[in-house]
Amino acid sequence: MSLWSYANPVKFLTLSAKVQPALWVLSGACLCIGLIWGFFFTPDDFRQGSTVKIIYLHVPSALMAINAWFMMLVTSLIWLIRRHHVSALAAKAAAPVGVVMTLIALVTGAIWGQPMWGTWWAWDPRLTSFLILFLFYLGYIALWEAIEDPDTAADLTSVLCLVGSVFAVLSRYAVNFWNQGLHQGASLSLDKEENVADVFYFPLLVAIAGFVLLFLALVLYRTGTEIRLRRARALMAREQRA
Amino acid sequence: MRALLIRDLSLAFRAGGGFGLGLAFFLIVTVLVPFSVGPQSALLASIAPGVLWLGALLACLLSLDRLLALDFEDGTLDLLATAPLPLEAAMTVKALAHWITTGLPLVLAAPVLGVLLNLPEQGYFWLVVSLALGTPALSVIGAFGAALTVGIKRGGLLMSLIVLPLYVPTLIFGAEAARRGAQDMDPSTPLLMLAGITAGVVALMPFASAAVLRVNLR
Repeated sequence: MSLWSYANPVKFLTLSAKVQPALWVLSGACLCIGLIWGFFFTPDDFRQGSTVKIIYLHVPSALMAINAWFMMLVTSLIWLIRRHHVSALAAKAAAPVGVVMTLIALVTGAIWGQPMWGTWWAWDPRLTSFLILFLFYLGYIALWEAIEDPDTAADLTSVLCLVGSVFAVLSRYAVNFWNQGLHQGASLSLDKEENVADVFYFPLLVAIAGFVLLFLALVLYRTGTEIRLRRARALMAREQRA
Repeated sequence: MRALLIRDLSLAFRAGGGFGLGLAFFLIVTVLVPFSVGPQSALLASIAPGVLWLGALLACLLSLDRLLALDFEDGTLDLLATAPLPLEAAMTVKALAHWITTGLPLVLAAPVLGVLLNLPEQGYFWLVVSLALGTPALSVIGAFGAALTVGIKRGGLLMSLIVLPLYVPTLIFGAEAARRGAQDMDPSTPLLMLAGITAGVVALMPFASAAVLRVNLR
C-alpha cells in the first residue's frame, strides 16, 4: 500500500473521513490549551508587558503561511509530474487557508508593532516579504477563479506556483539586502541558544501544533469539498447529455 | 526566428501598433512627479532614480497586454505553436521584440528625463546601465505573465496582479543600483545581482512561458 493509492479520490475521501474527526478534536484541544495557557497562565514579559501574548497567534500563523505555500508547491509538482487530480485540488484548497494565515500574521504583527515599535507598519524585510507572499497568494487564487476548464486551471496555477516560489525566495533576499529591519531575528529553533524563555516556549509549541493540525483539518475538509463539487458537476453534465 | 522578430517589430512600429505607448506613459509619469511632490531640487534629486525606475516598470507593465493578446485572437499563436520553431524560441523572440519596442526606448529616454528630475551628474551612467541590464528581465517576466493570462478575457488586471510580485526583486536591485550610482556610492553589488536576475530569467523563463502557452492553446 503506497502513498499513491490515495490519489484515488474514493480512497482519499474514505481516509480523510476517518482522520478528520481526530484532527478537529486534537487541533481544538491544542489551540484551547495553548492559547489559554499562553494568555492567562504565563507571566508578562519584562519589557513588553502583556503585549507579548499576541505571540501565540502571530508566530504559528506566520509559520503556517509559509508552510501552506510550501505544501502547495509540493502538491503542484505532484500534479505536474504524476497528474493526480486530488493533488491539484489539495493545492487549490490550501491557498485560501494560506492567505488567511498570511493576513492573520500581518494583522497581529501590526497590532503588536504599534505599542512596541510605535508604528503599524514599517518596510522591514520580514514584513515586506509577507506582503509579497500575500500578493502571490492573491494572484494564485485569482488565476484559479478566472479559468473555467479545471485541468487548464490546474496546469497554469501549478506553473505559477513553481515560478512564484523561486521569486518569493528571491524577493526574500532582495528585501533583506534593501533594508535592515526592526523585526527581531529568529526566536524559535531547535538549538536552544536563541530561543525564547521556557515559560513562553512550551505554550507556544502547543499553539503551533494546534495551528498545524487546524491547517491539516481545513485542507482535508476543503479538498473533500472540491472533489465532491467536481463530481457533482460531472454528474450534471452527464444528465444534460442524456 | 528573424522573420518572427521582424514581423513583430514592424507590427509594433506601424500605425496602431502601440509603439509609443510605453514611452508616452513614462514621459507623463516623470513630468507629473514634480507637480505632485513639489519642485525642491534636492528632494527631486534624491527620488529621481527611484521614480525613473518605477516609471519604466509601469510603462513595461502597460504594454504587456499587447504582447500576445492580438496574436491569440487572430490565430497567429496557433500557427506558431505548430511551426518547426520551438515555442520556447518564439517566446524568447516575442520578449525580445517587446524589449526593443518598449525597454530600449525607455533606456534611451531615461537620461533626458533625468534632467527634468535634477538627477545628479554622476547618476546618469549608472541609471542607463541599470535600466539596460534590468529592462530585459521585465520583458521576459512580463511575457510569462502574458502567456499565463492570454486565454482570459480582459485578463489585464489579473496579469498585473500576478506580474507585480514577480517584478519586485528586479525593481529593488535596479533602483538600488541607480540610487547608489546617483549618491556616488559603489553600485556594483546590486548591479551584479540585477545582472544575475536578468541572466537567470532570460535563460529559464521562456520554458515556463512556453509551457503555460501550450496549456492555453490546448
